[in-house]
Amino acid sequence: MDITLSKTQQNIAQEARRFLKKECPSEYVQKMFKDPQGMTDDLWRKMAEMDWMAMRIPENYGGMGMEQIDMSLLLEEMGRVVLPGPFFSTVILAGETILAAGTDTQKRQYLSAIADGKAKATLALHEPDGGSDLGYIDMSGTRNGEDFILNGTKLYVPDAHLADFIVVPVRTGTTGEPADTISLFVMSAREKGVTISPLPTMDGTRKLSAVICRDVQLTKASILGELNKGWHPLMHALQRAQVGLCAEAVGGAQKAMEIASDYAKVRVQYDQPIGSFQAVKHMCAQMFTETESSRSMLYWASWAQDFGAENEATIAASSAKAYCTDAFTNVAAKGIQVLGGTGFTMENEMHLYLKRAKANQAALGTPVYHRERIMQLLASAVQ
Amino acid sequence: MDFRLTPAEETFREEFRKWLNQTLPGDWDPFNQPTFKEPEKIRDTYRAFQKKLSEAGYAGIHYDKAYGGQGRSLMEGVIVSQEMGRRCISVVMPGVITHGMALPLIYFCGTEDQKKKFIPKILDGSHLWCQGFSEPDAGSDVANISTMAVRDGDNYIVNGQKVWTSMAHFADYCLLVVRTDPDSRKHKGLSYLLVDMSLPGIDPRPMTQITGEAEFNEVFFDNVRVPVSSLIGEEGQGWKMAITTLMFERAMGDVVISAAYETNVEKLIRMAATTKNSGQPVIEDPVYRQQIAQSYIEIMALKYHGLRNFSSHIKTGIPGPEGSIGKLLWSEPNQRITETAMDMQGPAGQIAGGPWSVQNGSWQYAFLRSKGNTIEAGTSEIQRNIIGERVLGLPKDASRDKSAS
Ligand SMILES: Cc1cc2nc3c(=O)[nH]c(=O)nc-3n(C[C@H](O)[C@H](O)[C@H](O)COP(=O)(O)OP(=O)(O)OC[C@H]3O[C@@H](n4cnc5c(N)ncnc54)[C@H](O)[C@@H]3O)c2cc1C
Repeated sequence: MDITLSKTQQNIAQEARRFLKKECPSEYVQKMFKDPQGMTDDLWRKMAEMDWMAMRIPENYGGMGMEQIDMSLLLEEMGRVVLPGPFFSTVILAGETILAAGTDTQKRQYLSAIADGKAKATLALHEPDGGSDLGYIDMSGTRNGEDFILNGTKLYVPDAHLADFIVVPVRTGTTGEPADTISLFVMSAREKGVTISPLPTMDGTRKLSAVICRDVQLTKASILGELNKGWHPLMHALQRAQVGLCAEAVGGAQKAMEIASDYAKVRVQYDQPIGSFQAVKHMCAQMFTETESSRSMLYWASWAQDFGAENEATIAASSAKAYCTDAFTNVAAKGIQVLGGTGFTMENEMHLYLKRAKANQAALGTPVYHRERIMQLLASAVQ
Repeated sequence: MDFRLTPAEETFREEFRKWLNQTLPGDWDPFNQPTFKEPEKIRDTYRAFQKKLSEAGYAGIHYDKAYGGQGRSLMEGVIVSQEMGRRCISVVMPGVITHGMALPLIYFCGTEDQKKKFIPKILDGSHLWCQGFSEPDAGSDVANISTMAVRDGDNYIVNGQKVWTSMAHFADYCLLVVRTDPDSRKHKGLSYLLVDMSLPGIDPRPMTQITGEAEFNEVFFDNVRVPVSSLIGEEGQGWKMAITTLMFERAMGDVVISAAYETNVEKLIRMAATTKNSGQPVIEDPVYRQQIAQSYIEIMALKYHGLRNFSSHIKTGIPGPEGSIGKLLWSEPNQRITETAMDMQGPAGQIAGGPWSVQNGSWQYAFLRSKGNTIEAGTSEIQRNIIGERVLGLPKDASRDKSAS
């Protein structure tokens, strides 16, 4: 057992921190928050030059074949600065799904384009009335000769407005469990019949859209892997994405905690730094406690995706998703409290952390959803 | 990064599990064990078990063979701790201070004579230790200790009073913190003595706790003559030693506790499956499902945080900042587990045993006992002060700034 970071892993984190400090300072994030695009091509290109898009993609598709934990360390740094733009949607949501479900040809085509930064992409998962239920997939894919016709609405799709292609889970089977009825299609964002409408998103650093398909005609070749067999690979990819959100949460919580405790050392009221008041000190201590324990959860969940048994990977992803995103939300909210009125302004960066924290809690299954999933696994193990 | 054990460690775990299965009685129930209402029974159970552990070569796994240990790896020590935490925490509990404080302190800071004298007796179960830190005027502010030890030839004459001293009424030895320099204040001038509890002038008086049992005591010291050879470390250096020893064993403690609480969560789920509300199993109630799952998650956070802390300890030799939060990660979640258990029982939550109680009233005991968790071994408030000041570097509050050194 060795739950420490290797030299290489420490380097990933350090390099990322240095790069992002320079290329993605808080002023840039604040600007992109309000910008309709939400990221500049310049930053995207530089990130590609760092090989970040290629990290998790296997070497034979032009990537570096690294582990989940390596990606988590990078995402932690991205969460620390609340990186805006489509990295998460492209590399994690679309990338991991294609990696889990695609055929060799599809991987060659799409993953290489992701790896060298040429393509932006996303995954269109949630639907109206589905809430957090990741298996609530109503968009229909009806056969039409060799083709399929897609009809339905996908919501809360991250960075769809920038995507070149979109992965869409679709109901192609008529009856039965998701495991036998869901297919994963990959389609161009400019496909005929596809409408992408940006939604007013609370977290302006991760813009969400509605993706509506009206009689979108796709060939059989656009199904990732096998017809009706998309559910299991989708779940595997989503677990990694959930862990990814945890990594962002840990990085974000770390920074929010640092901002608050640094402020508590210098802000003077009643002739004392406010950090000497226990009410404030204990808030900071609680922020530290939640952040540091979240990091331990993140390491476990990251490791389990690559090396744990199937059941452990699932329960670790759900445990971490609930724990780390709850923690980030608590930490960011306390951060605002410690800063007082300053923390309540748009000008101060703390709002970015609260909004991202809330977004990461809501995305890909709320803590309530994940706790229920854990309970199902636990109850069946005990009985 | 690797969370797995090596194949050799896995084998070792299997062997130890097998041994535990053979050694613990067939109807062993980790939850229905003697409490401190029967102090002799609790002591004798501990002693007998520790003796068997020692005979089988499982006592003091990571301690030197020269002192009766096994000279094996720290990881194997963790494995044994985890398995005992999971299966028989109740026999581990009376030995928590003995193994978690006295043993490492003597091992790392004791003289050769002290090590030879005490360690084998700890490992074979002959000696139980208690910890005499707290006093009526020195609780959280432990440096305010006023129990005095005055040198008189080859002895110290000890006078004073300790309080909340767990197991003092049946412990063989006490790890006693005393003031050896009467002119000193606060941390300076404190020393550790290894005190034989059968010496004349020591009077432990059990105090009844909110659970109805007496685990802790007031202990009076009236002109107790303690040989100078009982001093551990240098005179006046007691404070520094306490800090260093405790860091490491705290990491080990988190491991034992998380294993025990994992079993508690399992027990909670079993209870939810068999306890009914409006004729339906409580386990179908979405509110309790959420609470149970949350407890499971919190225990996983404790477990993996503890292992991570332990792992960086082994690798670097220095505890990282993550060590300081372990206490908060077990005490508060344990209170939530027991509260959930009580709530799930509805009106039966009032019944502490007998046929109409749930799981023989064991949760009622656990609920009450858990209220001590955020007090013992440093209150939650003190933990948060430590994190705020020592880890985050926040300023001390003005009043303590003046009184502390
Ligand atoms: C079950 C149990 C077993 C124990 N076993 C032992 C043992 O074996 N040996 C031993 O030596 N001791 C033992 N103790 C004692 C324990 O360490 C003390 O109770 C503890 O340190 C608190 O001291 P106190 O009780 O005097 O409370 P106080 O220090 O008087 O605290 C009372 C309240 O004030 C708060 N407070 C105090 N100072 C501050 C501050 N600076 N900032 C904010 N809040 C503050 C505390 O958090 C607490 O809420 C045990 C206690 C319990 C409950």
